[in-house]
Amino acid sequence: MEKLSHIQGTIVPIPVNDIDTDQIIPARFLKVTDKVGLGKAAFCDWRYGEDGETPNPDFILNKVEYQGAAVLVAGDNFGCGSSREHAPWALLGAGFKAVVSTDFADIFRNNALKNGLLPIAVDADTQQQLFSLAEEDPRAAVQINVETQTLTLPDGRKVSFPLDGFSKYCLLNGVDQLGYLLALDDEVREFEAKNPQRVVTTA
Amino acid sequence: MAENGKARTLFEKVWQPHIVREQSDDTPAVLYIDLHLVHEVTSPQAFSMLRERGLKVRRPDLTIGTMDHSTPTTPRNDLGVIPVADAMASKQLDTFAKNCEDFGIPMYALGDEHQGIVHVIGPEKGLTQPGMTIVCGDSHTSTHGAFGALAFGIGTSELGHVLATQTLLQNKPKTMAVNVAGRLGAGVTAKDIILAVIAKIGIGGGTGRVFEYRGEAIRSLSMEGRMTVCNMSIEGGARAGMVAPDDTTYEYIAGREHAPSGAEWDAAVARWRDLPSDEGAVFDKEITIHADELTPMITYGTNPGMGMPITAAVPAPEDESDYNRKIALDKALTYMDLAPGQRLLGQAIDVVFIGSCTNSRITDLRQAADFIKGRKVAEGLRMMVVPGSQQVKAQAESEGLDAIFREAGAEWREAGCSMCIAMNGDQLQPGQYAVSTSNRNFEGRQGKGGRTFLASPLTAAASAVAGVVTDPRAMMTGLSQGEG
Ligand code: SF4
Repeated sequence: MEKLSHIQGTIVPIPVNDIDTDQIIPARFLKVTDKVGLGKAAFCDWRYGEDGETPNPDFILNKVEYQGAAVLVAGDNFGCGSSREHAPWALLGAGFKAVVSTDFADIFRNNALKNGLLPIAVDADTQQQLFSLAEEDPRAAVQINVETQTLTLPDGRKVSFPLDGFSKYCLLNGVDQLGYLLALDDEVREFEAKNPQRVVTTA
Repeated sequence: MAENGKARTLFEKVWQPHIVREQSDDTPAVLYIDLHLVHEVTSPQAFSMLRERGLKVRRPDLTIGTMDHSTPTTPRNDLGVIPVADAMASKQLDTFAKNCEDFGIPMYALGDEHQGIVHVIGPEKGLTQPGMTIVCGDSHTSTHGAFGALAFGIGTSELGHVLATQTLLQNKPKTMAVNVAGRLGAGVTAKDIILAVIAKIGIGGGTGRVFEYRGEAIRSLSMEGRMTVCNMSIEGGARAGMVAPDDTTYEYIAGREHAPSGAEWDAAVARWRDLPSDEGAVFDKEITIHADELTPMITYGTNPGMGMPITAAVPAPEDESDYNRKIALDKALTYMDLAPGQRLLGQAIDVVFIGSCTNSRITDLRQAADFIKGRKVAEGLRMMVVPGSQQVKAQAESEGLDAIFREAGAEWREAGCSMCIAMNGDQLQPGQYAVSTSNRNFEGRQGKGGRTFLASPLTAAASAVAGVVTDPRAMMTGLSQGEG
């Protein structure tokens, strides 16, 4: 994983509550065996017409002025539904580095953090402010500091967001969590010696 | 038993013994995983990562694979093979087979007599047992919690962690008791309980929590009914749902392929009997619903929280006080092409789908077949019945259920996820309405532009016969009550 300490960029609002993983990346794109090309399929059914190819001009991700946005601001409870890690892969592929909502589904949050996509939970007022800001001025940019856990609005106001210490450490240092677990091999062996296995699938 | 005098919940009694390293201010807990289920869709990138790093699967003997999500459910050919027409699906299945072979993981391939939906085969083979930690790269892993296991879905990176180390980094979740008091009335089933719970708490209501379903109505459910309830915990935002094991649980497990036997069985049951939450154990939150007040439930919107009694009217956005929710409801009704205040009873439908890890087990199929027997699927309606596993399929065929469905005009398919996720051929056409026994009614979930009403197998069967959304109680004569 790459190090992630700062994000600066414009925002794109999708003020829809409960955006589920089937909207972020529909199941028919899960037949891949790698992570390539998922960005193009992000929000596919909202983004393209009946043929799945012609951009829907009304959908915000297709508007010229919102191209290149780094931060997605969404309605409440983002990422509910399936455990597919294809959801953060698709968002990263579409150029996003952070998603702002009032709340995130647990599995989505876990998956996002493991891929360097920052889930930023803010209060409803900040969320509404970001919606209006982005609608009024698509060039309005925010700054995000992972170390201080702050999101700075264009007017200079700072909003702090929660981030667990371990995920923060991993983001800042580009450490992936598998390395940490692999280093615990002795402890795992000790655990296994004390606890008999419950089933043997190979039997 | 309460240890050190402190009353503990079922969740705590499973969580604590699996801690390899305690949670600290700086790091989540490291949790040992007793059983890891894998399937073709969420695993390939994890296996690639192992290869890139030159790692092995640490415990193939605690891992098992099956093909289910992207498999077709069309009939076998003359050679007894289920052909895979979709090239990408075919490649994904081949990749999975090779990964399992290379890393020594036992696996049930498409068409194998034990193949099926991952959450159906775990319990079926006796692999799912009380007190275990179970994970799978699939959010409906919560199903296995019906046995008093701590079971939850993980992403592909985490899948790699478990393959390589058999452990997982986890922050300790909070708990929530979901009490279901009283008894279910005739025609009301486990599916209606969980749809009512989610309608009450909303789809984010359980975020960060593990549910424990309790109360008389839960105790009187069969294991299959309990699985239906736990299955949809994730639809209420909870990663896991649990039911304390009891004699119903032990009876279900006894004699299954991977169940302990002899003295080991006695020792296991003795251990399992200690698992239920101690009297006085405190949950972080509690809710109660009354089973005797429940009716068959149905969803009207585009998430599983948008559910209501089947006799109710679709809510109106203008009655919604919260702005974001008003917008969401409006958007959902537009997608569903339903009018505020409209009743769903009598709403014309195109497809009925009976299947998925929520409702594709033998009790579900028996219930639907009982209802359908001697009746016909409405003219022009497509009814698909997709057993959850090859074992369920074989059992159903030995009981003649397939013949009942076929005679009524329904399709009897091979086992798999099928139209629950619409990954390989089985899907709604744009604009079609379906009554579906699966778990998600998200936009496009069952096919782009398709519109899903989630309901129980009984409601699905009644609606298939009538050709419109139908309250099964209106067509019932002496059906066994509160089953499933
Ligand atoms: S049946 Fe549906 S919900 Fe269950 S595992 Fe398959 S795709 Fe997922």
